[in-house]
Amino acid sequence: MMFRRRAATAPSTERHDGPMVKAAGVYKRYGPLEIIRGVDFEVQRGEVSVIIGPSGSGKTTFLRCINHLEKIDAGRIHVDGKTVGYREVDGRLHELRDAEVCRNREQIGMVFQNFNLFPHKNVLENIIEAPRGVRKIPAAQAKARAYELLERVGLSDKVRAYPAQLSGGQKQRIAIARALAMDPKLMLFDEPTSALDPELVGEVLSVMKQLARDGMTMVVVTHEMGFAQDVADTVTFMSDGKVVEQGPAPEVLSNPEEERTRAFLARAMSERRASA
Amino acid sequence: MTDPQEKTRPVAGPTFIDEKPVPVPRPGRWVAVVVLTLIAAWGVYTLGFEKIQRGHLMQTRLGWEVVGQYFLSPNIFNGLLMTLELTVAAMAIGIIGGVVLAVMRLSSNAMLSGASALYIWFFRGTPVLVQLLFWFNLSYMFPRIDIGIPFGPVFVSLDANTFITPFLAALLGLGLHEAAYMCEIVRAGILSVDEGQEEAAQSLGMTRRRAMFRIILPQAMKVIIPPTGSQTIGMLKMSSLASVITVVELLHSVQLIYASTYDTVPLLIVASLWYLVVTSILTVGQYYVERRYSRGSVRNQPLTPLQRLRRMLDDFHPGMRQLPPNA
Ligand SMILES: Nc1ncnc2c1ncn2[C@@H]1O[C@H](COP(=O)(O)OP(=O)(O)OP(=O)(O)O)[C@@H](O)[C@H]1O
Ligand SMILES: [Mg+2]
Repeated sequence: MMFRRRAATAPSTERHDGPMVKAAGVYKRYGPLEIIRGVDFEVQRGEVSVIIGPSGSGKTTFLRCINHLEKIDAGRIHVDGKTVGYREVDGRLHELRDAEVCRNREQIGMVFQNFNLFPHKNVLENIIEAPRGVRKIPAAQAKARAYELLERVGLSDKVRAYPAQLSGGQKQRIAIARALAMDPKLMLFDEPTSALDPELVGEVLSVMKQLARDGMTMVVVTHEMGFAQDVADTVTFMSDGKVVEQGPAPEVLSNPEEERTRAFLARAMSERRASA
Repeated sequence: MTDPQEKTRPVAGPTFIDEKPVPVPRPGRWVAVVVLTLIAAWGVYTLGFEKIQRGHLMQTRLGWEVVGQYFLSPNIFNGLLMTLELTVAAMAIGIIGGVVLAVMRLSSNAMLSGASALYIWFFRGTPVLVQLLFWFNLSYMFPRIDIGIPFGPVFVSLDANTFITPFLAALLGLGLHEAAYMCEIVRAGILSVDEGQEEAAQSLGMTRRRAMFRIILPQAMKVIIPPTGSQTIGMLKMSSLASVITVVELLHSVQLIYASTYDTVPLLIVASLWYLVVTSILTVGQYYVERRYSRGSVRNQPLTPLQRLRRMLDDFHPGMRQLPPNA
């Protein structure tokens, strides 16, 4: 039933055909403050789902709930058919042990606004740390994969550099490579470009676009409306901890039903024109 | 701008003051130089060379003749070894204990964090000397030391008087006291690491323990090492307290000698000189350890003094440059 340690093979092979992410009635509180208030959310396999919304609307919090960096207070989140953070037995939730939560997280890559590269490790070490330490992949194999990923993000020449020696855009591309090194089924991006200077945004977005073309399932919180227009399959507009509107990208972006979505988009678009 | 002379001028460097300006007169400096030189000369002469009548001998004031006679004597050397052993072993206990206590202290388990807080309260709140004496007198409270399950079976039973040697008592006293201080140092180090680091580690599937030992503690080292260096130097000197419980370390070894020869001052100087020698070595060691753990936090590591010296020598003999650019 429970394996204390898994062999160095690809993550679980069991197939599940439903949506990659399915959240139903999710609530999250900090003390008396309700941050997420009944969110329903679905991402199909191979789909790019963009979450937009005003600052403080709970986008980051919700994203962190998906890989159990935050514990939810009510509702259910399933990733690839598995309940996040819990095991359901006879309708009751049982908390998973740290090791089990970690095993599920291996399959969910996450990219943070401020990169969070490991500053004491160089680029190669950053990338192979988890494949080696967590998945016990042999060094040679992990390195080969790292070189492959570095090429994919266009940073083959930075193998031995330390994060402090990289530009913001380079850091973020390394962070993406590091997450991909675990062969995740799902990638979560929390405003991956908002800490970057405008001229560096493009290089990160193009890596993400390539990833989307390769069929990765992605949930992206972003203020980059251009990216949403070009790449997103579905767009979710959140406000005050609730999903206000959700649907196929073209519809939500160009013809929103809700007044609040329309107002937000109008502001976002005019900002974009102003900065362009 | 279009002046051709303007262009040939070097970009950096003085652009309008071409002559060396006349400095502001600073007569105070000269007075200070004279006064300080005088005091230093007097100090070197009286403490180093001036001889006085002592018994039927003429000796320097500090008894350098006697210092020289004992400085390398085997008894003192053995005392020095004991001091080093105590320092290393007590620091090892302190560091390992400190890491364990710090991880406990930061744990979400209230029992663990409470136990750690209680430990620190006690071991930091009572003098080391008192703790040493307690351990030394352990047999008063526990004539026999039973190892087993509380209220349950006993696996090993030891006679406290033979098991707790003065050395072990000193080690426990110094080490456990040190652990309380090291805990606070390690805790500060852990707290100094950005929270995002643990989240990034967790999002990659690392367990909290793995994240702690592979990601957080190595980064905390930058904050932990400098005070740990001071603690080690402190421990070197604190180990002299073990002399009180009959451990023959450096201080006690000179005490044993001057108890019969009455050369108290010269022998205290012998001990002090050795403490200074070891402290100096530790200081250099600390520099290199700190350098190692600052990896990645600076764009370019500065050269060590030794490397700079070699660079300088290389510049005199350009043919011999062998040093890699940033070895
Ligand atoms: N640990 C916490 N404790 C208390 N309140 C929190 C905590 N984390 C977030 N919040 C609050 O939750 C709300 C939602 O935060 P969140 O970071 O999810 O917003 P966001 O939509 O990502 O905003 P932004 O676009 O600025 O990143 C905010 O009002 C924030 O103050
Ligand atoms: Mg956010």
